[in-house]
Amino acid sequence: MMIDHPVLGPRDVREFTVLGDASLIDRPDPTSPDAAKLFHDYVHLRDNPAGIKRELWFHEGGDRSWLVVTRDTLSHRVLSVALARDVARRNRETQA
Amino acid sequence: MSGYRLATAGRIDRSKPISFRFDNTWMKGFEGDTLASALLANGVSLVGRSFKYHRPRGIFSDGSDEPNALVTIGEGAAATPNTRATMVPLTQGLVASSQNWRGSLKWDLMSVNDIAAPFLSAGFYYKTFMWPKAFWEKVYEPFIRSSAGLGVLSEKSDGAVHASGWKHCDVLVIGAGPSGLMAALTLGRTGARVIVADEADANGGRLARESLAVGDELGADWAVGVRAELDSLPNVEVLPRTTVWGVYDEGLYGALERTERNGTRGTHWRIRAKHSILAAGATERPIAFPGNDRPGVMLASAARGYANHEGVAVGRRVAVWGNNDNATRTAKDLKAAGVRVVAELDTRKGDEIVRTKGRHGLREIFLSDDRRIEADALAISGGWSPNVHLTCHHRGRPVWDEERAAFLPGPDLPPGMACAGAVTGAYALSDALRQGAEVGSDIAEALGKPAPRLNVPEAEDDPREVSAFWQVKAKGRAWVDMQNDVTSKDIVQAQAEGFVSVEHAKRYTTLGMATDQGKTGNVLGLALLAEATGRTIPETGTTIFRPPYTPIPMGAMAGTHRGQHFQPLRKTPSHAWAKEQGAVFTEAGLWLRAQYFPQPGETHWRQSVDREVIATRRGVGICDVSTLGKIDVQGRDAAAFLNFVYANGFAKLAVGKTRYGLMLREDGFAFDDGTCARLSENRYMVTTTTANAGSVLRHMEFVRQCLCPEMDVHLISVTDAWAQYAVAGPQSRALLQKVIDEDISNEGFPFMACKGLDVAGVPGRLFRISFSGELAYEVAVPTRYGDALIRRLMELGAPMGVVPYGTEALGVMRIEKGHAAGGELNGQTTAGDLGLGRMVSTKKDSIGTVSSKRPALEAGDRPALVGLVPVNKTAHLQAGAHILPPKVATKTANDQGWVSSACHSPTLGHDIALGFLKGGMARAGETLVAWDGIRGVQSDVTVVSPHFYDPEGERLRV
Repeated sequence: MMIDHPVLGPRDVREFTVLGDASLIDRPDPTSPDAAKLFHDYVHLRDNPAGIKRELWFHEGGDRSWLVVTRDTLSHRVLSVALARDVARRNRETQA
Repeated sequence: MSGYRLATAGRIDRSKPISFRFDNTWMKGFEGDTLASALLANGVSLVGRSFKYHRPRGIFSDGSDEPNALVTIGEGAAATPNTRATMVPLTQGLVASSQNWRGSLKWDLMSVNDIAAPFLSAGFYYKTFMWPKAFWEKVYEPFIRSSAGLGVLSEKSDGAVHASGWKHCDVLVIGAGPSGLMAALTLGRTGARVIVADEADANGGRLARESLAVGDELGADWAVGVRAELDSLPNVEVLPRTTVWGVYDEGLYGALERTERNGTRGTHWRIRAKHSILAAGATERPIAFPGNDRPGVMLASAARGYANHEGVAVGRRVAVWGNNDNATRTAKDLKAAGVRVVAELDTRKGDEIVRTKGRHGLREIFLSDDRRIEADALAISGGWSPNVHLTCHHRGRPVWDEERAAFLPGPDLPPGMACAGAVTGAYALSDALRQGAEVGSDIAEALGKPAPRLNVPEAEDDPREVSAFWQVKAKGRAWVDMQNDVTSKDIVQAQAEGFVSVEHAKRYTTLGMATDQGKTGNVLGLALLAEATGRTIPETGTTIFRPPYTPIPMGAMAGTHRGQHFQPLRKTPSHAWAKEQGAVFTEAGLWLRAQYFPQPGETHWRQSVDREVIATRRGVGICDVSTLGKIDVQGRDAAAFLNFVYANGFAKLAVGKTRYGLMLREDGFAFDDGTCARLSENRYMVTTTTANAGSVLRHMEFVRQCLCPEMDVHLISVTDAWAQYAVAGPQSRALLQKVIDEDISNEGFPFMACKGLDVAGVPGRLFRISFSGELAYEVAVPTRYGDALIRRLMELGAPMGVVPYGTEALGVMRIEKGHAAGGELNGQTTAGDLGLGRMVSTKKDSIGTVSSKRPALEAGDRPALVGLVPVNKTAHLQAGAHILPPKVATKTANDQGWVSSACHSPTLGHDIALGFLKGGMARAGETLVAWDGIRGVQSDVTVVSPHFYDPEGERLRV
């Protein structure tokens, strides 16, 4: 697999460490009345689709940026890559 | 003894004779020979014994498809078993040995298996060795393992390594036969970056072994000319003796180059290519007939290849038999080279061989019409199977072509791959050349290169009519997969026993599961299975081809990552000093750390460790703690960030102060602990445990980038930038004051203080923190001064009896203090379990806070940290023991906890342990049992406080 790093260009997958589903960016509100349930779901529940999936990858052997990689688990084809920080910022803006 | 060297034919260099040894006999060959051709030239027909029945076997092919002629190359540690003699270029002094016999190759004692063959058919050991059960491991399996099999590994290191590396290109051409060369030439002339990989010499593939003409020259000469032009192009790289063995994602190809260079055994390449052209050719296949595995029976293409290329006659009386026009051509080539052809047989004329004779090699063949032909070699052709293997590595399936009676590449090729030549079923030479040029042009166009239409040379075409003929139905065993000793009967039997799916039949009979992966036998086996089940071949389907195409040594995969180089080794800045002191080292993650420092007269590690602990507690000791992870945290929001990462409060940590910090995972369990020092308003130094240095940085970067993207904070690992030493003991201040001018008294530099200051003339840092429980400091200097600093401190401390101490003494002192370490922070314990429940701030949100309040994580009966001492003070405690109530059965239901860390405390004079016990410290004073089933020991223990030594912490605040 190759990951087209938004800053560094295409890099071999072995430079990266995978964490898992990109939903981990969306940490629930700890002050919410049902925070316990929200955090349970956030920590433990993941979709495992055969197909398009958004994942968090860490460029551990590189610039240490976290990336949101959208890929097809059936073909290993990487469809898009973004800096997780940009994604997280955009999420905040849309929520605000 | 039948083959011989022809007087004139062939392309070997007869001016360069080569001596080599096979078993105990020295023989002669020539430059340009393979081991197989040289053996044939020396009249050797018997080269090995078969896998199961120990049948005599000879050379069957002239390529990488060879099922029989597996030999061991080299001797002693460097011996490489199961090497195909057909793929070994002959070199001066080469030593080869035959395999899989007891006694001698000619008189193999294990050939008794052949007589017992009726009992050794498909699935025999699933049925035969069922009873008694206990016999399997002790009797049956060792017997089967010693009697079956091929070559034997030396099990010694030969010291030689495979190199490994990357290559990148526009187009990877796989195979340098006529189509591959034509494609490479077309692309090479456009300036595209081309790599041509060929498992043989890259001089034309099969064409080099044929008598066909290209233009007005011999095809083999044409190929040499093209190769010369390719070699002259700076944008083209030709890799001979390089097998492309696997196709992976995004145009990644695995390739093993077997050329030995610079003391390596070859090079394993990972090639990234935008496009690839598979020009892997086709493999001739045999016909199943009784006695078809006898030495002397071989593929027709091989028989003429040896005559055309190496000038070797494979026999003195050669019969030729086939189901296609290939046989005619073989006879023509053999006769032209001067080989005596005694019979030209064709299944299409009704010729069927029903039996062969000859104990160690073919002597006679018998036909269905009672003809009897004396022959010492039989060249057979059952048609051709295109080498579609690499087209299937992305799960593409080949499709059956009735006209050619062969599987051709399917429609779903790996991305970027195109096929040309015989692999597509284009067997005729002119077709192969034209296809190579066309595919090359198409790819050149796709690359945006001006595509020159090359003049495709005229070529001599041979008729290729084939009429499917798979087996002769006659009495006797007919081999399908020679390497795994699978006969046509096994396939029929598998079908009869219900293994009708091709995948089941394969596994039940082991068809195609040997090191040759059934290159010659698979399609034949499939045809027989189809026939037995009354289905067509497309209905029967085919098993999938997976990498590798040919066997790859494990050493090639490992490359240089072996022995000590399996993973990087990290040494601390004062490693050399520790080594001089005679330190015994232990591995901690990738680091080597001094475990203890034995002194003269000490014969047991405990003596050294006890001495180090006592000397530190009474005077002063120094421990290298450079391996702890160190993360420099800077930014206007650094305080807020750390307050979010750590479960305990960090917002109010003053500049110049250090605090113990506990990180939780988001699921509420403890993750890692360490200290965090506030060096200035917006700058902190975080330390992590040695083992978690990488994962903590990854976690903190995740929090920073994904959860706190608005914060102004930056992280960098400075683990390698600082040499850091714990200086501990009542004399530590006096010692450090010798290298530090600033006031480090209890008033001037109180417990938990931190500061950047001058240390022995270099800018360093000082932290007043203590893991040992004594008055202690950690002093840090830039890495390059670490060695000098420890030497200086040891020298200055000599009058006060300073000792270096290692990780063992460090561990003893932290257990005496009840500090958690790896055994306690095992990923299954909460802050509460660790006795640190009150540290988790309820006034703020931080990672793990919400989840740590889950009822199950706060339940009162969770095992919690306690101290344990043996009732009998001479008893030994060890980590891993279970804690049980007294006088109960040792079963899981009675398990109440476990011992996580244990040591001998020289301070207290007996063993002590930390453990997790249901109910925790509420059970102080109870007597329980520490039961260690693995080591077979148990001890009565009393529950005490985990703070065995100086529980009030008075010693570290003086």
